[in-house]
Amino acid sequence: MRRSAVRDLLIGAVVLAALVLLPVLWPSKALIDFVIRGAALALFATSLNLLVGYGGLVSFGHGMFFGVGAYSFGLLMQRTGMPIPVAFVVTIVVTAAVALLVGAICVRLKEIYFAFLTLAFQMFLHSLIILWVPLTGGDQGLLGGIPRPPFFGIDLGDQRQLYIAACVLLVAGLLLMRHIVESPFGFTLRMIRDNAARTGFLGVEIFRIKLVAFVLAGVFAGIGGVIMSLFVSGAYPEFAYWTMSGEGIFMIMLGGITTFLGPTIGTVILLLLNDFVTRFTEHHGLMLGAIILLFALGLRRGITDFLVDHWRRTRTPAATRRGH
Amino acid sequence: MLSVEYLSKSFGGVAAIRDVTLEFPTGSLTAVIGPNGAGKTTFFNLISGAIVPDDGRVLLDGTDLVGMSHTEIVHRGVARAFQVASIFPTLTVAETLDAAVQAHRGHAGVLGRRFPLAECQERSREVMDMLGLADEADTLSANLSHGDQKLLDIALALILQPRVLLLDEPTAGMGPEERWQMIDKVYRLWEREKMTVIFIEHDMDIVFKIAGSIRVLCYGRVLAEGTAEQIRGNPDVIAAYLGTETRGH
Repeated sequence: MRRSAVRDLLIGAVVLAALVLLPVLWPSKALIDFVIRGAALALFATSLNLLVGYGGLVSFGHGMFFGVGAYSFGLLMQRTGMPIPVAFVVTIVVTAAVALLVGAICVRLKEIYFAFLTLAFQMFLHSLIILWVPLTGGDQGLLGGIPRPPFFGIDLGDQRQLYIAACVLLVAGLLLMRHIVESPFGFTLRMIRDNAARTGFLGVEIFRIKLVAFVLAGVFAGIGGVIMSLFVSGAYPEFAYWTMSGEGIFMIMLGGITTFLGPTIGTVILLLLNDFVTRFTEHHGLMLGAIILLFALGLRRGITDFLVDHWRRTRTPAATRRGH
Repeated sequence: MLSVEYLSKSFGGVAAIRDVTLEFPTGSLTAVIGPNGAGKTTFFNLISGAIVPDDGRVLLDGTDLVGMSHTEIVHRGVARAFQVASIFPTLTVAETLDAAVQAHRGHAGVLGRRFPLAECQERSREVMDMLGLADEADTLSANLSHGDQKLLDIALALILQPRVLLLDEPTAGMGPEERWQMIDKVYRLWEREKMTVIFIEHDMDIVFKIAGSIRVLCYGRVLAEGTAEQIRGNPDVIAAYLGTETRGH
């Protein structure tokens, strides 16, 4: 195995161990809730960054896959009584199928057209959820709780066990996405982002690569949705609303799009801001907007982009000066 | 051999290339010259499949390339470098070439392994050495000097192991000294790889020095063709092109 892959696995193992130990050292229900929500949203934000940061595909509708994941899993658990692992796999298949369908139409388009068509599909899905009341519960969401029967001795109805499951899914999901962006496919994606025309001249089928990226990103967003539906024991139309996609964009803007962990850090920042700001003022939207403006106009990039850039400049002044 | 027969292309009623018939023998080094707007870049776009001609044929060893996608034409062995270096700003030189080799060999979509693929690195090192880019292997393409960006663009074309290499003004935007270094590299590349090289160039000193044969385009037509000596003495060429050009210096 490549040394970089071993290093990633080691980091993943250490982070997972630390996360699992955290509530033992600091037993707090708020902490457990924070990490579970964070896991769901970090997977969502990182998957969005596969498209935005690595592929240059700015999707305004990525929340739809978070919604599809949450609703498919919730419905499967409520209506079929299948075991959780099976429902999880079926949800992945369903999300991939929806992403394939939507992606096949959207990724042919460029830039703003792509962004708005994804947004349109998201609004279509949201309307469908609102209108199809017998299946989805309409604007009330999937009510009555999602059954969480134990499997292999794991009881996800227990908040601590759900916490561990969320941490495992988070670390495994991040490791897989890390592998994707460091694979030959990941570098082809970067080439398309930088210069699609030239990539075509090198013999790459751009449509196929973009579509695969779109489906993979959709699947990981769907897994985020599954964690969220387990956490709230339901699914709500807001999961598939445009504001969900908007939050995803905020998270990657805050955290940074040029580093792999930027979106995860952005998720933590946004959740902390949400929790703290709402404690002090009811105008939290205004406060959040101001803070995001500060990032956009002040740093002109996410926090990790800024730090990495700063670190590079101080370490190798010659290398950065060369081109100027 | 690459040849074009009766090639024509108009844009909105304005003829950019009119009834052009030319031959480029295998392994030749040919300069295409002509005043601005003569249709030189359009000529390259037609050969490489970037645009489709209204009429005429582009024959590579007898096979008509007209109607093929540019990807298909690349696979047939025609590669090009661009007037403005067309590169990947956020990738390093080594990453760019490793990724280009993997794309050329059909591994662009591989998900199960880590980049770069070991079996692709040999070829990318070889091309880097060929063009003297090895020292810049870990430099971001965006931070390369103008000349090295042009070389990287040519390197990308070479990765495709072309039989015909089209170079659109390889020395554009360079100072006199850098120009000669660049053209020297192109010349040595041609000598070593034994491929057909066709280049567009404005600097007449360079053209007369290295090109085995010259084709002159003017207003989309072939004005003259021949060796450096024949072109230098051709009154039409002097009138249409060289006269104004030498006055400019």
